[in-house]
Amino acid sequence: MRIPLSWLREFAQVPADATAEDVMADLVKVGFEEEGVHRPTDELTGPIVVGQVLSLVKEPQTNGKTINWCQVRVVPEGQQQTLTGKGIDPSGVQGIICGAHNFVEGDKVVVTLPGAVLPGNFQISARKTYGHLSAGMIASVRELGIGDDHDGILVLSRIGLDPEIGTDAMELLGLYDQAAEINVTPDRGYAFSIRGVAREYAHATGTTFVDPASRVTAPATLQGGYGVKLNDDAPIYGKPGCDRFVARTVRGVDASRPTPPWMSARLRLAGVRSISLPVDISNYVMLELGQPNHCYDLDKLAGDIVVRRAVAGEKITTLDDKERTLDVEDLLITDDSGAIGIAGVMGGAHTEVSDSTTNILVEAAHFDEVSIARSRRRHKLPSEASKRFERGVDWHVAHIAAQRVVDLLVELAGGTADEAGTDVGTAPDAVTIDLPAEFAAARIGIDFTDEQITTSLEDLGAAVERTSTGYRVTAPSWRNDLETKEDLSEEIARLVGYDNIPATLPVAPPGRGLSRSQQQKRRVVQALADAGLTEVLSYPFVSKAANDTFGVPAEGGARPALKLANPISEEQGFLRTSILPGLIEVARRNHSRGFRDLALYEAGSVFLPGDKLGTDSIPPLGVKPADDVLDALYDGVPHQPLHIAAVMTGHDSPAAATHTPRAWDWADAVDVARLMADVLGVELVVSQGSHQAFHPGRAAQLALRNGDVVGYAGELHPKLLAAHDMPARSVAVEVNVEALFDAAADVIVAKHISGYPVATQDVALVVAQEVPADQVLAALREGAGVLLEDVSLFDVYVGPGIEDGKKSLAFGLRFRADDRTLTADEASEARAAAVAVATERFGAVQR
Amino acid sequence: MTDTLPGAAIPDPLDEAAITAAVEDAIAAISAASSLEELKAVRLAHTGEKSPLSLANREIGGLAKEHKAAAGKLMGSSRGRVNKALAARTEVLEAENDARILVEETVDVTAAPRRRRAGARHPLSTLQDRVSDIFVGMGWEIAEGPEVESEWFNFDALNFKPDHPAREMQDTFFVEPPEAHLLMRTHTSPVQVRSMLEREVPIYVLCPGKVFRTDELDATHTPVFHQFEGLAIDKDLSMADLRGTLEHFARQMFGDEASIRLRPNYFPFTEPSAELDIWHPGAKGGPRWIEWGGCGMVNPNVLRAAGIDPDIYSGFAFGMGIERTLMFRNEVGDMRDMIEGDIRFSEHFGMEI
Repeated sequence: MRIPLSWLREFAQVPADATAEDVMADLVKVGFEEEGVHRPTDELTGPIVVGQVLSLVKEPQTNGKTINWCQVRVVPEGQQQTLTGKGIDPSGVQGIICGAHNFVEGDKVVVTLPGAVLPGNFQISARKTYGHLSAGMIASVRELGIGDDHDGILVLSRIGLDPEIGTDAMELLGLYDQAAEINVTPDRGYAFSIRGVAREYAHATGTTFVDPASRVTAPATLQGGYGVKLNDDAPIYGKPGCDRFVARTVRGVDASRPTPPWMSARLRLAGVRSISLPVDISNYVMLELGQPNHCYDLDKLAGDIVVRRAVAGEKITTLDDKERTLDVEDLLITDDSGAIGIAGVMGGAHTEVSDSTTNILVEAAHFDEVSIARSRRRHKLPSEASKRFERGVDWHVAHIAAQRVVDLLVELAGGTADEAGTDVGTAPDAVTIDLPAEFAAARIGIDFTDEQITTSLEDLGAAVERTSTGYRVTAPSWRNDLETKEDLSEEIARLVGYDNIPATLPVAPPGRGLSRSQQQKRRVVQALADAGLTEVLSYPFVSKAANDTFGVPAEGGARPALKLANPISEEQGFLRTSILPGLIEVARRNHSRGFRDLALYEAGSVFLPGDKLGTDSIPPLGVKPADDVLDALYDGVPHQPLHIAAVMTGHDSPAAATHTPRAWDWADAVDVARLMADVLGVELVVSQGSHQAFHPGRAAQLALRNGDVVGYAGELHPKLLAAHDMPARSVAVEVNVEALFDAAADVIVAKHISGYPVATQDVALVVAQEVPADQVLAALREGAGVLLEDVSLFDVYVGPGIEDGKKSLAFGLRFRADDRTLTADEASEARAAAVAVATERFGAVQR
Repeated sequence: MTDTLPGAAIPDPLDEAAITAAVEDAIAAISAASSLEELKAVRLAHTGEKSPLSLANREIGGLAKEHKAAAGKLMGSSRGRVNKALAARTEVLEAENDARILVEETVDVTAAPRRRRAGARHPLSTLQDRVSDIFVGMGWEIAEGPEVESEWFNFDALNFKPDHPAREMQDTFFVEPPEAHLLMRTHTSPVQVRSMLEREVPIYVLCPGKVFRTDELDATHTPVFHQFEGLAIDKDLSMADLRGTLEHFARQMFGDEASIRLRPNYFPFTEPSAELDIWHPGAKGGPRWIEWGGCGMVNPNVLRAAGIDPDIYSGFAFGMGIERTLMFRNEVGDMRDMIEGDIRFSEHFGMEI
């Protein structure tokens, strides 16, 4: 909401020298955030004065244009020019070249004299042009920054002005005024008016205020006016769509008269474009009193006005010349011809006022918030009217606003008001709230006095009555947001001042610290950084193709994923089922920025829809849903486990004088997965895997001991890397760490530490190429029995001495007994038993 | 003094002057030795078999019985002096030698290569941990919840009326199909509702996490960002308790000079509601008030939705943006730096914030 200060001053005690900033600083204390300042003089400085064109000589130019060489009087005849400065003629007459042709000798115009600055830092000076010294400019509204019309210069008589020559044109056009723009929260519809803001300004500054509504003299009752029927046969939530309709008639208006500059200046500062006198008056009254209203061309209306819901398939062409198909829930203003307006949202084109309109019907009605909000959303028609109606308008101001429109039409458009008028509808009951005496104090933490409570509420416009237990408060009709004792507490605190709230620190009961999974997450995330990886974040929005490529392989068919109804970009319209697409994009971006050696990781949720997706309906607010309803809500929320993924490309460390870095390879990806498992104390079973995003021969499937697959690691598929502009041999890993958290032991049982000496034995086994080393190792472990302390693979050899298609695996075995020193024979026996199992299982031959 | 050469006249072991001269010759030679090699030659010359002292010593055997004791005593103490000088000199020269070797082994430590990558945390994640730790230190617990959420938890349970404009202020991503009433949470407040449903009062929880709004990415907006929200439900909580909690937290984050300011505002889920400004003593360009978040007393309708009796319990809630906090606390000028994943951003912070 933009508040022109001159307007605010009419009703509130704003100091003469207060700036928009000062006003905003006051209003922020009562809850209106500062949005900005609109001040023409920030861009416009004089001297800018009224001049009269004394002579105008048309001079055709070689370029085909004709320019006017004008003599313009800027000081009344017989008076001295008091302005001085380069280019200002002491005679009071300026020679000015002008290219526009919409004026004649004798016209009074706006002259920007040398030294003036116009919007866009356009500096006016005397300059030689077309063979003359042009000392100033005859201005158009566009050059002054007060309109879009640049067809010609501003001739003052056409906006109804005949000022004295030399008058300060900035004063005349209201350009010294300024507006404060504040943000109005959605609960405070009343503050979308000068009326509401002036009241709030008075609250903020402790000054007095005059209600603009009190300045209007409106008849208490209206009768015999235009026929209006309220026929809502389908109220929403039982509330009639229209509960008041005031109609007034003004005849014999001249709708083509210009809007007076004081009004258009205020509208402009308020951010409303000047359109025509009747429309400007309508908007002016809406801004002043907060009551949206409408002017119909009375002669275009056919029969009684009926306010009703639309019928299926009904259409209307709105003021913006768009044809709209209506919904049966839309509330309409209709006459015998059909719909003439979507109630509270936008009027129809057919009955719109025009320059030739002479008789006007003024509407000021009160509509249901929900009905208006739905129509506005349905037709995507946010208007100044709908903004106010859906937040709530004062039922009791409608007839006053109608009277104000009538008065202005009479005063400015030369009309005559019919004495008869229409006012139909039923006033809603006033809202009364019981406020227990101590409630506000307990809620806010300030010991409010009785006087503070009473005065604050009365200042708002509420009626306060003492009761045996506290206060009975009748909320003002313009405050539809006041419904509960909590609402009243806020009002009291707001008016007394939030700055007066003391600070006390409540002590929470003994807590349990971070939960186990929170600690586990921290440990894993930190371990990866400690290991030299860099944590990054990416968006969860991905394409369907990305999900199909990176999602966990499904048994045929498309992979289920969540689709957004309103994504930022259609290409990225799905929610990720894997972290990798986003992470690879981050890697690619870094690579393209010249970083060749990368090790990136991200921890984040992935979205895995199951069979149930949401709920068909949602329970109402303010009540705890039944257990089965709550269970359904919980069950409908898709599974969103925490995943951690990493991508590595290039080398593991920076090259240096005495250091040769190592290229990341598939094994590093496996190792990152092992690191995550290690810090959680979980065993990870690595096996040859198959995943469409990975190199078919260099993908590891990662599983828990119980067989649950928790992730993949390895070299990314060469084609995928090429498609993503990523270097060959880049590697990646992704793990469902939540599954690892769950697999971690609750209690780790200690193991006996034997003090007896170790017996080590090596063995080299030749097996077929495709036999996984890990499984041979497992066979050795199994065969060796309890004496085996550890076994590790220390060499893989393929080459001379080994048959084609085979490989030699060298293992180191460490034996130790708990209760004695092993003999060489015992160790050898155990080793032979180990080899026997490997031979039996994989045909392993000892080298 | 003359050098006593092998083969020179053998001193008489009873001639004290001659023996002393030989000893002094030896000691002079020992101190003159400048390396372990030279000392070895000196040792041979003055204590070896052919040295004057050794030869003189050998003479004792041929002396008359009554002279043997005196000669033995003289020779013993003389050779002792020489050996002691040798040992002392050896120690000096060995120490010099050791020191020289270490000097020769000097490297340019400034050329040490980095053999290990320096990893880094993302500052948003580090900051989230930092904030959580402050509240855990106050006895609060950390609560988490899903990012795709039921509309009821995100709006209705929080007292957003179905047709109220407030519901639209939070530009929401909806999940298809719309009839399923699923959305991407627009704030972490649904976690508050879950906490109230799942925990026993009194409740003191902090809910950090990712939230989503349909804003295009620019210098100050991002469709995905992070919040932390606090919720306290207990008997007799007032707005003063809210202020005290926020003030304590602000001082932990921004130092003892920090303070907070509350301004009236509107949120459907709190009544009264307030906008929260922080006095940031270390702000770039000088101390000033900075808009930090929103807060208020939990609306009774929210308590009712979670089955908590508003006539017995009251509560307060607050919420701040982690991105915004990082922007003014750590002087991040452009939101995109946090989002794009350029490693320079994370690596500059390392493990700290």
